[in-house]
Amino acid sequence: MSIQLESTATPLVAMRGISKAYPGCLANDAVDLTLHEGQIHALLGENGAGKSTLVKILYGLLQADAGSIEWQGKPVQINSPAQARKLGIALVFQHFSLFDSLSVLENIALGMAVPANRKLESKIIEVSTRYGLPLDPDRQVYTLSVGERQRIEIVRCLLQSPKLLIMDEPTSVLTPQEVDDLFVTLRRLRDEGVAILYISHKLNEIKSLCSEATILRGGQRVATAVPDEESTQSLAALMMGDEIVVPTREARQPGDTVMLQLKAVSYATSEQHGVPLNDINLSLRAGEIVGIAGVAGNGQDEFMQVISGEVRLSDGNGLRLHGVPAGTISPSERRKLGLCCVPEERLGHAAVPGMSLADNAFLTAHHRSGLISGGMLSTGKTRRFTEQVINQFNVQCNGTASLAASLSGGNLQKFIVGREIEQQPSVFVVSQPTWGVDAGAAAAIHKSLQAMANAGTAVLVVSQDLDELMLISDRIAALCAGRLSDVYATHSVSIQDLGLLMGGAVIDSSNAGVSDLAGGLDSGTSTSDSAGAGDASA
Amino acid sequence: MISLEPRAEPSKLMGYAAPVIALVVTLLAGLVLFALLKVPVGEAFYAFFIDPISSVYGLSELGVKAAPLIMIAVALSIGYRANVWNIGAEGQLILGGICGGAVALYFYEVEGWFVLPLMIFAGILGGMLWAAIPALLKTRFNANEILTSLMLTYIAALLLSMLVHGPLRDPDGFNFPESRLFHAAATLPIILEGTRLHIGALVALLLVVVGWVLLSRTLLGFALKVNGQAPRAGLYAGFTQNRLIWFSLLFCGAAAGCAGLFEVAGPIGQLLPTISPGYGFTAIIVAFLGRLHPVGIVFAGLVMALSYLGGESAQISLNLPVAVTGVFQGMLLFFLLAADVLINYRVVWRSKAVKA
Repeated sequence: MSIQLESTATPLVAMRGISKAYPGCLANDAVDLTLHEGQIHALLGENGAGKSTLVKILYGLLQADAGSIEWQGKPVQINSPAQARKLGIALVFQHFSLFDSLSVLENIALGMAVPANRKLESKIIEVSTRYGLPLDPDRQVYTLSVGERQRIEIVRCLLQSPKLLIMDEPTSVLTPQEVDDLFVTLRRLRDEGVAILYISHKLNEIKSLCSEATILRGGQRVATAVPDEESTQSLAALMMGDEIVVPTREARQPGDTVMLQLKAVSYATSEQHGVPLNDINLSLRAGEIVGIAGVAGNGQDEFMQVISGEVRLSDGNGLRLHGVPAGTISPSERRKLGLCCVPEERLGHAAVPGMSLADNAFLTAHHRSGLISGGMLSTGKTRRFTEQVINQFNVQCNGTASLAASLSGGNLQKFIVGREIEQQPSVFVVSQPTWGVDAGAAAAIHKSLQAMANAGTAVLVVSQDLDELMLISDRIAALCAGRLSDVYATHSVSIQDLGLLMGGAVIDSSNAGVSDLAGGLDSGTSTSDSAGAGDASA
Repeated sequence: MISLEPRAEPSKLMGYAAPVIALVVTLLAGLVLFALLKVPVGEAFYAFFIDPISSVYGLSELGVKAAPLIMIAVALSIGYRANVWNIGAEGQLILGGICGGAVALYFYEVEGWFVLPLMIFAGILGGMLWAAIPALLKTRFNANEILTSLMLTYIAALLLSMLVHGPLRDPDGFNFPESRLFHAAATLPIILEGTRLHIGALVALLLVVVGWVLLSRTLLGFALKVNGQAPRAGLYAGFTQNRLIWFSLLFCGAAAGCAGLFEVAGPIGQLLPTISPGYGFTAIIVAFLGRLHPVGIVFAGLVMALSYLGGESAQISLNLPVAVTGVFQGMLLFFLLAADVLINYRVVWRSKAVKA
């Protein structure tokens, strides 16, 4: 108790009245944030609420227009990340900055601007074992999983013995087991007196990990709450401003028509660090949602490219759309057949960052939505289509001329998903639909996926977010090292089972012997025992 | 303390202002240069920038120089938008001159309406052929088109030299390395009596319109732009990259080849060992100075054409070396690239005082 009182007297960091304006928006409006040693503090808010801006100001990447920062009771001016690091502030970014072809040791040395020598190596091993973050300093980064890559970033921070560790959405890329491991590490750091600022929108995590939470909405601090004393609903309500309606599981009766069929698809990638696909079989029927779980880097990119047509198969029959062989045709021709895809990477893949929303709508919708007339682009039709997407999917932007890069992640994702849905596909394939997206936008996207399936579209969702897949999918499978597991009725598998499938294990021997997985294994109604027993390609 | 602060969004205003800033700074630096050369600054300024365009003939010469620059720059800009870096327009221009010129010499003294169209066709084909080499190497072996197209330029120059020293040399030319003078049916019609302004100027303007429509209104132009900015998004949308590379290079080869033919069939009137004062390279500067936009390129082309005329004029009236032209062109590109920083950054005078 006395410690508590002391720390209350001199907080480690006190940000007072921080304001920051961008052209056209006030990202932070007189925000206060106080952090104490030995405390895990959550920074909670929707995308665009001002979390990143606040953190960037604290880390010296941005300068506040107004307000002050006190470090251990003394006013400081943080002009650069180097200065922040000198004070003892470390930041683990959501997107890692690692060189794939260098070793762990070299990456850490580069990040800290020190030579990659034995001394550093032994320090890495010491820190990584002490905090339960096993790392082999000599491994090349491209051979590591996303979770292991995150460990590099964390170890890199810990080597500087920080007093304050900032974690930006750290669990969005981890398996359930990895999340547990991370929490053990974070709690140990907290017990050693490190202050942790934990940025997330996953309310369950915040409730289990954080002792205090600052909630931002529209650039303002709306509350400072004790997560333990709040319910998930009340936290969400604070964050969103009103009660959000989280979609619930729906039981669906899928149709009998197979809309998308993959038959013994193998694909050897030419990418340097790619994962070859091996004998993939899958049948997707009208009116169902099938989820594909798996840790990133297990062939998801290749799987998506094979389906979208960005890479072609040698045999057209390997992939059929409504029974039509489509393995060798281009993405635009597949779109004409009713297949719309949303790749994982929003900027640079699903959308062109430097182009307007109207141009980005035209990018994929020009054919299906008839945005070309007389061989020329129709700007009027394109604008109307874009406005329709913006309105239907509640995209926050400054109109159809806004650049894609100027939208927040969640808004851009809503726009991209909306753009494909508005083309009324008969087969819809989406990768990581809610990656880095706030709760409100995620709920909206989930609801539209469910609505599509109810309307008879065949929906395939590739995701690392198991909660998401358990919530929306009717059937589920996992991708591991380029192989696709059997497909199970979602209600018949537990999260633990799924974790095993993601690791490449086979669950329940009665399902394992089935070699031909094409076709429905169940119709959404069968029990767990019969899941995986069917075979015939429907 | 002056510092550069990243802008939230690229500045549209600066996109247009940067070329103007670059021009002004180039002008100032040029004046400093003249002063250092102990040339009267006022006189030099007049000789370089005013005198060349103070008569109708001068203006027509501006058009003669600007036409090939604009033709090539428009085509280059389309490729550059698509991330296809053709640096070898000069070589493509030379091949156009060779092929078209060879047709003119083959039909020497043959009067017929078909000669000139056939020459133009051959010139375009020659330029395309030369551009097809880097296209093939790029699409088939992923060879960098910057290197291959540039190196082919020197081969083209040597090829021309070889031909005018050998097979295409004027038989009655006392062994001078020149071809016969083209006859009337093989020379371009003049559009302004008493000048050298030929139909190339009109073709250049037509190409500006074509380039503008292509880039802003067609699916092909859209695909080119997407490929330039985000190639993966282009693949995802279903645009075939190799096709875009082929188109960019062939289109530019055609434009440069045509410009080369216009040079030999227009102002020059025969094949010489050198048929271009580096139009193919200068067009690169024109393309960037014009913001890779067809309309901007018209203005940029006129500015660069003036630098050619100014260099000649300064040489005649002030005894300055003709290299002054190259110096001005170089400075302009240099300052333009520097000024382009202002599109993404703003200059801030920051006081050291702590804000409270």
